[in-house]
Amino acid sequence: MEYFLELFFGGLTRGSIYALIALGYTMVYGIIQLINFAHGEIYMIGAFVALIVAGVCTIYGLSGISILILAAIIAVIYASAYGYTLEKVAYRPLRGAPRLSPLISAIGMSIFLQNYVLLAQTPDFLPFPRLIPDFAFMEPVAHIIGSPELVILVTTMVTMILLTLLIKKTKVGKAMRATQQDMDMARLVGVNVDRIISLTFIIGSALAAIGGVLVASYIGQVNFYIGFLAGVKAFTAAVLGGIGSIPGAVLGGLVLGWAESFAAGYISSDYEDVFTFGLLVLILTLRPAGILGKARKQKV
Amino acid sequence: MADKKHKLLEVKGLTMDFGGLRAVDSVSLEVHEGEIAALIGPNGAGKTTFFNCVTGIYNPTKGDILLHPKGLETRRLNGLKPNKVTEMGLARTFQNIRLFPDMTVLENVMIGRHCRTKAGIFRAILRDKGVREEEQLIVESSYQLLEKVGLEDFANEFSKNLPYGAQRRLEIARAMATDPFLLLLDEPAAGMNPQETADLDQLIRKISEEEKIAILLIEHDMKLVMHISNPIYVMEYGKKIAEGSPQEIKDNPKVVEAYLGEETDA
Amino acid sequence: MLQNLKQSLIVSLWFVFLTFPLMVIRVNTMDQVVVWRWMNMLWVALASFILSYLWRYMLTRQQMRKAVAEEGGETRSKLQLLLEDMSFRYKAMGVLLLAALIFPQVFDTYQSTIMISALIYVVLGLGLNISVGLAGLLDLGYVAFFGVGAYSYALLNHHFDLGFWITLPIGGIIGCLFGVVLGFPILRLRGDYLAIVTLGFGMIFKVVMENWSSLSFGPSGIANIDKPSFFGMDLSLADSTIYIYYIMIALVIFTILVTNRLKNSRIGRAWIAMREDEIACVAMGIDMARTKLSAYALGAFWAGMVGVLFASKTTFINPASFTFMESAIILSIVVLGGMGSILGVILGAFILILLPEYMRAFSEYRMLAFGAAMVIMMIFRPQGIISNLRQTYQYKGLKGKTNNG
Ligand SMILES: Nc1ncnc2c1ncn2[C@@H]1O[C@H](COP(=O)(O)OP(=O)(O)OP(=O)(O)O)[C@@H](O)[C@H]1O
Ligand SMILES: [Mg+2]
Repeated sequence: MEYFLELFFGGLTRGSIYALIALGYTMVYGIIQLINFAHGEIYMIGAFVALIVAGVCTIYGLSGISILILAAIIAVIYASAYGYTLEKVAYRPLRGAPRLSPLISAIGMSIFLQNYVLLAQTPDFLPFPRLIPDFAFMEPVAHIIGSPELVILVTTMVTMILLTLLIKKTKVGKAMRATQQDMDMARLVGVNVDRIISLTFIIGSALAAIGGVLVASYIGQVNFYIGFLAGVKAFTAAVLGGIGSIPGAVLGGLVLGWAESFAAGYISSDYEDVFTFGLLVLILTLRPAGILGKARKQKV
Repeated sequence: MADKKHKLLEVKGLTMDFGGLRAVDSVSLEVHEGEIAALIGPNGAGKTTFFNCVTGIYNPTKGDILLHPKGLETRRLNGLKPNKVTEMGLARTFQNIRLFPDMTVLENVMIGRHCRTKAGIFRAILRDKGVREEEQLIVESSYQLLEKVGLEDFANEFSKNLPYGAQRRLEIARAMATDPFLLLLDEPAAGMNPQETADLDQLIRKISEEEKIAILLIEHDMKLVMHISNPIYVMEYGKKIAEGSPQEIKDNPKVVEAYLGEETDA
Repeated sequence: MLQNLKQSLIVSLWFVFLTFPLMVIRVNTMDQVVVWRWMNMLWVALASFILSYLWRYMLTRQQMRKAVAEEGGETRSKLQLLLEDMSFRYKAMGVLLLAALIFPQVFDTYQSTIMISALIYVVLGLGLNISVGLAGLLDLGYVAFFGVGAYSYALLNHHFDLGFWITLPIGGIIGCLFGVVLGFPILRLRGDYLAIVTLGFGMIFKVVMENWSSLSFGPSGIANIDKPSFFGMDLSLADSTIYIYYIMIALVIFTILVTNRLKNSRIGRAWIAMREDEIACVAMGIDMARTKLSAYALGAFWAGMVGVLFASKTTFINPASFTFMESAIILSIVVLGGMGSILGVILGAFILILLPEYMRAFSEYRMLAFGAAMVIMMIFRPQGIISNLRQTYQYKGLKGKTNNG
């Protein structure tokens, strides 16, 4: 039972991170129907910037959870800036181009950003300073769920609540939903669609950066390549839940996290990635709309 | 008189739902041999959706679509893939032009010949005499179709570089290349100037008379519709509200109201 | 003008901000040292200033070209026009063939080895060109088929002592079969989902090869694979390289011939039509499932075949040779060269493989440049270096046939 609980919380932690990244995919896809291949790289850049901030601080003798918060804030700012620039440079000129063009551009961007970080920094894994202390009140349950997991769960939960409020309650959120439903219509009623698209990239990137910082401090190391696999898995989560659907992304992330955690715990961890991709292929062929997505017929 | 003629297409109680929206609501319609029938109605009436159901792009929610090819047994089209429908002799054009932009005008028509020719992968690689002859036949017949619609001078242009009206005619030629006995045209005159529309009028008659292809067209240009088609079917909000000869349609108060209503809206 | 400079300045400042943490600070958390590289800031500022200027210049130029094209003007470049001239093409081909044939006689083994790998990428590019360039099916796991071919030969050779020549077609066929089997479930998928799923296939292949040790010998790979035999003779290393070089030339010519015929056939036209507009294509009576599957499987065929050659050339393979980066390189070859254009893909392969090889200083930046090239190509020249040559046909028409009209 304890083992089960451990796997349960492990999967929940993992899944909530997937969910954070998946939100970026889903929001972008919902608006411009593009798989933002470089999203995983934004996540990686977020983690890397956090590592740099935290690294510099610890080397100059500062430490503690407040440093983690500072690193996270700077990481979010930078990731958003990268996301914003990414859209402006690589995707905006390709609106209305044949459908493969923006996708190839996105793949190119992903390769570019990966190698940019590789060349500007290092190919090696760098250890991320340990900034989350062991909370005393977690002592009795530490063998099932540790302090870092708790921090991850609380942070993702708060982030998602804030996101939901933003989308449901604010004017910007309303404009985002309108744009997602019908871009031309939204433009007609006076929504600045270009700005909404930029904003979507900024928000998605910020969420990815939060995920990046959490994972980096949890796993304890970062390199230029971490975004690739995380990106593909989060995309799987987004598709699993139904791409374009925000609750779907969260649900998909959690389901994927649990599935991986239990499969690794009870079956074998060698084939963990095979398992994820197998799941992806299965959903896409059997139910491409995902768990919560609505099957939309293409207008002819 | 219409009863004497062979019935080619018979649609009974066709219904199509998109989620909560009923785009086509139990519409019945028939097209006979030698006819130029028209389907008209205000924007959003469900005309294009009706075409999409008949040609297999959508699978209708309810109703029967029956095709009666001459001399062959009747086929029910519901649930068939679009390519199967085309193979059976029912071709179409699209309201928002869907040519193959980066192929030449001639190649666009040659694609239409695909389902009437056979050469497979291995024979394409070997390119034996039979394949070469078949290729030449495809080229010749496609070129002749271009001559019929008056586009032979553009044969080697990319189709995306054609003017609008020419693109519409190319769509017709491409559809005819599939050897249909029934042709569905979705707003063929949209975006054409009066001269082009007059030419189109001629072309449609020619296809009907010389090629013996029956035609069902969707069109907003009332002058064209009244001039060439009989019978006319009218749709509004997914429902069929009238059918009959041009004169009957003109005199039908429901139709007048449907169109007037639209105009006051706009 | 001033407006332009001001805008470039803003962009440049933005990029200085953007690249600040990653380009300026280098922190090594292992050894607890921080390096501040302030000079990089200057470089970034300069480079982004110039690039942003260029970028906007290119964008306006592209706009102008579009306007010219809309008025029916000539937008093809001089090179493009030259290439469309048939007699020039035949002459050029003759010269190139001659050059290819005497190459190993003139240059040493090292050069031939490099050339062989470039030729391998030519075949891979041409194969991927079938699915991506012609049929519009974005395949991001293409390297898996290459791996399937390589492993087929390695294993058949290891266990059953099968030779190179028998396995060459077998590798192609196995690749093709994998294409069919994997292609089946994903045929209904939209273009972008297909990309992700094929990416998954590529990764699954690698993970399985790493972990299924009883079959594949795991990450340590398979060594001592036989080189191609030459009438049972043992060849020296130099001779066998030359021999493989000629096999590769033959394979490339074979690939060009076959893909060219396919492209200009009924099937090839169906692929292109499918790429251009799936709905119009199916409405023209073309069976989507069959057309997609044939493109996907035929693309896989070439990868499988050249995979056999790769294994026999290196005599050692392991899963590390079949990463996503490999797929990405092949894809950039197709994109850079010109999707659908056979000549373009060949040129693309030579540029992308030989350039980093001969400019060692540049090779570190290879992948960075590939990524950037993909983006830039899509924005400024989506048709690639050499756009697809348009096919023309001979016809007589009605007037030629009936003389009474
Ligand atoms: N794929 C689809 N998904 C959801 N709704 C659709 C779809 N296709 C059509 N509709 C809706 O069905 C209704 C009928 O549309 P349709 O295109 O058939 O009208 P139409 O009569 O062809 O109009 P027009 O004259 O403007 O072409 C419209 O309200 C449209 O929004
Ligand atoms: Mg319509």
